[in-house]
Amino acid sequence: MRSAAISEPRWLRLALIVLMLGFLALNLLLPLAVVFAEGLRKGIAAYLGAIREADALAALRLTLTVAAIAVPLNIIIGLAAAWAIAKFDFRFKSLLITLIDLPFSVSPVVSGLIYVLVFGLQGWLGPWLQAHDAQVIFAVPGLVLATIFVTFPFVARELIPLMEEQGRDEEEAALSLGASGLATFWHVTLPNIRWGLLYGVLLCNARAMGEFGAVSVVSGHIRGKTNTLPLHIEILYNEYNFAAAFAVASLLAGLALVTLVLKSLLEWRFAGQLAGRGH
Amino acid sequence: MRRIALAACLMIASLAAPAMAARVELLNVSYDPTRELYKAVNTGFAAEWKKKTGDDVVINQSHGGSGKQARSVIDGLEADVVTLALAYDIDAIADKAKLLPAAWQARLPNNSTPYYSTIVFLVRKGNPKGIHDWGDLVKPGVKVITPNPKTSGGARWNFLAAWGYGQKALGTPAAAQDFVKKLYANVPVLDSGARGSTVTFAERGIGDVLIAWENEAQLADQELGAGKFEIVVPSVSVLAEPPVAVIDKVVDKHGTRKVAEAYLSYLYTPAAQEIIAKNGYRPRDPAVAKRYAARFPTIQLFQIDRNFGGWTKTQARFFADGGIFDQIYTGGAPGL
Repeated sequence: MRSAAISEPRWLRLALIVLMLGFLALNLLLPLAVVFAEGLRKGIAAYLGAIREADALAALRLTLTVAAIAVPLNIIIGLAAAWAIAKFDFRFKSLLITLIDLPFSVSPVVSGLIYVLVFGLQGWLGPWLQAHDAQVIFAVPGLVLATIFVTFPFVARELIPLMEEQGRDEEEAALSLGASGLATFWHVTLPNIRWGLLYGVLLCNARAMGEFGAVSVVSGHIRGKTNTLPLHIEILYNEYNFAAAFAVASLLAGLALVTLVLKSLLEWRFAGQLAGRGH
Repeated sequence: MRRIALAACLMIASLAAPAMAARVELLNVSYDPTRELYKAVNTGFAAEWKKKTGDDVVINQSHGGSGKQARSVIDGLEADVVTLALAYDIDAIADKAKLLPAAWQARLPNNSTPYYSTIVFLVRKGNPKGIHDWGDLVKPGVKVITPNPKTSGGARWNFLAAWGYGQKALGTPAAAQDFVKKLYANVPVLDSGARGSTVTFAERGIGDVLIAWENEAQLADQELGAGKFEIVVPSVSVLAEPPVAVIDKVVDKHGTRKVAEAYLSYLYTPAAQEIIAKNGYRPRDPAVAKRYAARFPTIQLFQIDRNFGGWTKTQARFFADGGIFDQIYTGGAPGL
């Protein structure tokens, strides 16, 4: 218990809490409620019909496929990048950090366009791909590439400060005691960073499933083929299928909620370990 | 191990299966308002193709602003056929990517346009701002919704219809330019495609008048609650001819030339013309046109070739970088 002298006055604390809760209710909960309410406006049968429709299922499958490829790849790349930055010294370290942050500062539309410029028929690699009958943009590989680009920083950005803070002592101790590099990673580094890693993965996954701008540019919008869930929602909305659009939107929101619940469950289950680790 | 091998065999078999069952797929890359039209056309064509050849044909659809869609095909979106809002966008595919011959438009009847349309106004019920003709759109306080001519084909027809009126009513190109400048100063939102503009006007409730394809106006009127809007037919408008074409390089690569050509020819049959008219597009077939005459009032229509000197010239003069649209558009109406 802090003494009254160094604590904020009661009214200020109350005001801040009310302000925050009001803001969240207005900006997060209300729109979320609207999504579900609008989706159910025409009844539960219409709601289920919109979700079970072939194009919606194809979009769901595509979204999960893209996330299933992009997220593991970003875990590997993110781990490698964070490891290199936190545990080694080299000349272009700050340059590498800047590059990792690049996708955060570049507009998603631009991230999509760069792939069109590289892999498009008029782009650098387009004619070669065409000659070898390979399709990158307007197909699944392009969607995966664009998604990897926009979600790339999430894992690395979570891990870098954590690993830097922890320093190299424990790894150096393990190595000097004769542990192999892999064993050191598995038994020393990974347990230390697993919460940060998990959090990064969840953020990365949420963005991978929800990304609109970059995938919109490279998608080609072929329904049932290259439309992810967010793109499918836009199409339904533009076709005056408002109830269906919101039904599918609630599905996407549901996926995000599952991710959140999963995170909370893990935190709750391992609360003891978390407290012990101090983060 | 054996199970994995079996699974692999099954996977290969399932990949190879479509070829044996003679299931063909086509990709039709189209412009914005044709979603409902081609949904109906595709069903009709699939039934006919099945009857004729015994093969199943699945037609995949992609929709967006016409210029944007053409750009995607140029960048490698493998469209077997394109059905776009105006000839210039298909010219661009022939010119920039050389995916079809430059003389593509002579390959099918009516300049490769199996249906045509025009530009009309959609206003709110009771026409509270009293909008009856193009001249009413430049009045102060009237908010006009139309998409961006840089990305939307429909928007270019809208612009040309307005220009044609300006030139006819006021006499000179300079006066016409002043007229469209005033008109676009009344536009609070420029969406990238025709459908976006319709949603802005009809669903989001922004603006007093939507300049739209006749088919789009009819669809919005039906879909979004009959009685909420009224269609206003101006004194003059433009003959909008949305053309269709087979993309030669793509169909030869996919081996789909025969079915792609049959698909486009189907659009000219009485059965398809009926679907076309039902969806609010003006049919070419005289018998069908007669049956639906009440739906399509006679308007004096400007023609792109006769009144504007063709699409290449029109595009360069009005819509290219630094063209007349860039000169007159300075950001639109303040606020919503």
